[in-house]
Amino acid sequence: MSQALEKSPVNPVYRKRLLMHRVGMALSVGAMSIGLIVLAWILLTLAVKGFGALNLNMFTQTTPAPGSEGGGLLNAIIGSVMIVVLSTLISTPVGILAGIYLAEYGDENKVASITRFVTDIMLSAPSIVIGMFVWALYVATAKHYSGYAGSLALALIAIPVVVRTTDNMLRLVPNSLLEAAFALGAPRWKVAMLVRLRAVKAGVITGVLLAVARISGETAPLLFTALNNQFISFNMNAPMGNLPGKIYDFAMSPYDNWRALAWGGALLVTFSVLALNILSRTLFAQKAPN
Amino acid sequence: MNTQLNQENVIAMNGKRKTIEISGLNFFYGKTQSLHNVSLDIHEKQVTAFIGPSGCGKSTLLRTLNRMYDLYPGQRAEGAILYRGRNILEDGQDLNMLRAKVGMVFQKPTPFPMSIYDNIAFGVRLYEDLSKGEMDERVEWALKKAALWTEVKDKLTKSGLSLSGGQQQRLCIARGVAVKPDVLLLDEPTSALDPISTSKVEELISELKQDYTIAIVTHNMQQAARCSDYTAYMYLGELVEFGETDQIFMNPARKETQDYITGRFG
Repeated sequence: MSQALEKSPVNPVYRKRLLMHRVGMALSVGAMSIGLIVLAWILLTLAVKGFGALNLNMFTQTTPAPGSEGGGLLNAIIGSVMIVVLSTLISTPVGILAGIYLAEYGDENKVASITRFVTDIMLSAPSIVIGMFVWALYVATAKHYSGYAGSLALALIAIPVVVRTTDNMLRLVPNSLLEAAFALGAPRWKVAMLVRLRAVKAGVITGVLLAVARISGETAPLLFTALNNQFISFNMNAPMGNLPGKIYDFAMSPYDNWRALAWGGALLVTFSVLALNILSRTLFAQKAPN
Repeated sequence: MNTQLNQENVIAMNGKRKTIEISGLNFFYGKTQSLHNVSLDIHEKQVTAFIGPSGCGKSTLLRTLNRMYDLYPGQRAEGAILYRGRNILEDGQDLNMLRAKVGMVFQKPTPFPMSIYDNIAFGVRLYEDLSKGEMDERVEWALKKAALWTEVKDKLTKSGLSLSGGQQQRLCIARGVAVKPDVLLLDEPTSALDPISTSKVEELISELKQDYTIAIVTHNMQQAARCSDYTAYMYLGELVEFGETDQIFMNPARKETQDYITGRFG
């Protein structure tokens, strides 16, 4: 018995286990390296080409007309920020409230379990489908492209992300905490809003930030909805320039200054998303529920 | 009218008022029955301890007294639990009001994710509209009752989660006391605490007894012997023996009780 447990290289059981461990470890490290190498490659290419294009003009000038020199991305930056902010304002309350509903009633109620199922499908729905949907519903009816339509499409992508994280986070709250609140005679809505939601506030905010990061880079839905605009526009009821759309237009253009702007824009989007991700992760790490 | 007469008779008989009268209580988790025909009385301003091996139903019994089990579909109770003469198992009870009157402290500390002050004020705000000054007084009073005031008076705005385990548990007791309930249910309140915190909580129990009716579930028989006036020994969902603590520990009527309290079983 004691011999079998001995951790010596001569023990055949231990040797076999050690071998399995090494094979498993090698496979995992290999898989991880493939992922990391590709990511590093993308970021490096982006940094090399993007930083070369980065200058102050990018933030102060509008996109150049075909054949003209220089130019910037100001109109696209303004458009992107406005569209993303509006869609965050739509998706945050809807997503959080729906998440609370699922966490509270998801186990006892048919509507809730169907909602959860549909949310899961929406999470993986191709964004181009969402874009087409909003085009058919809004743009085709209103007979013009607009920033509002873009915000709506992005909100439809963000809502399931917020619903899912809110639901998951709320489910992490132990029953004992809820019971403690009920034991004081608190009605259900107060327990849900003042104790349960509050216990996972950081996690829910993380979900919102991740949703913002996700929609910041979405291109396909905006092509159908916000379209494009060469000039600065604050009118959300009209077509609006946006960063992903400009990158799409400029990256394959024959003009050097356009392609440089595409790289600069790509760098800007990537780093904004990266910054949001890091922000949300540090927020979450600080206040994760025990 | 009838119950009132009965109650007066009972008071005349043994000189003590009953807060809760449990009779013929059966409890089910789905199809599994976990309490069988339990009947006993909980006396006013006395400490009643429930002892017995794990799974004997003592926590379940406690959770019927504020209908905490109601949160979970599939759990149900049959029989009668008269709280101040009214059967709380009947339909149409205002459970929030019941729980405001019959408070509960749990095995593990459960501070709310808010400041120490708000942890106490949360329950009070549910049913009372106090001015800032009155609320300050109430918070201080409750924290003093729970022997926590001196330790936290300079950091009331800090999160309740920043306290140690023993302090968190006393915070939960303070929270339960702050709403001035009628009955306090304690479900193994010291099982997660070190000996010093335990003795503080035990002192607290004997002090709280002046004002509240207390029911405590404990695994620790010395604790039951030290703190309680009445003891109920339960086994496999049945009440084996119930009586005054001195009598249960010195001279139990049933052999099973004796075996358990002397450590021959359990």
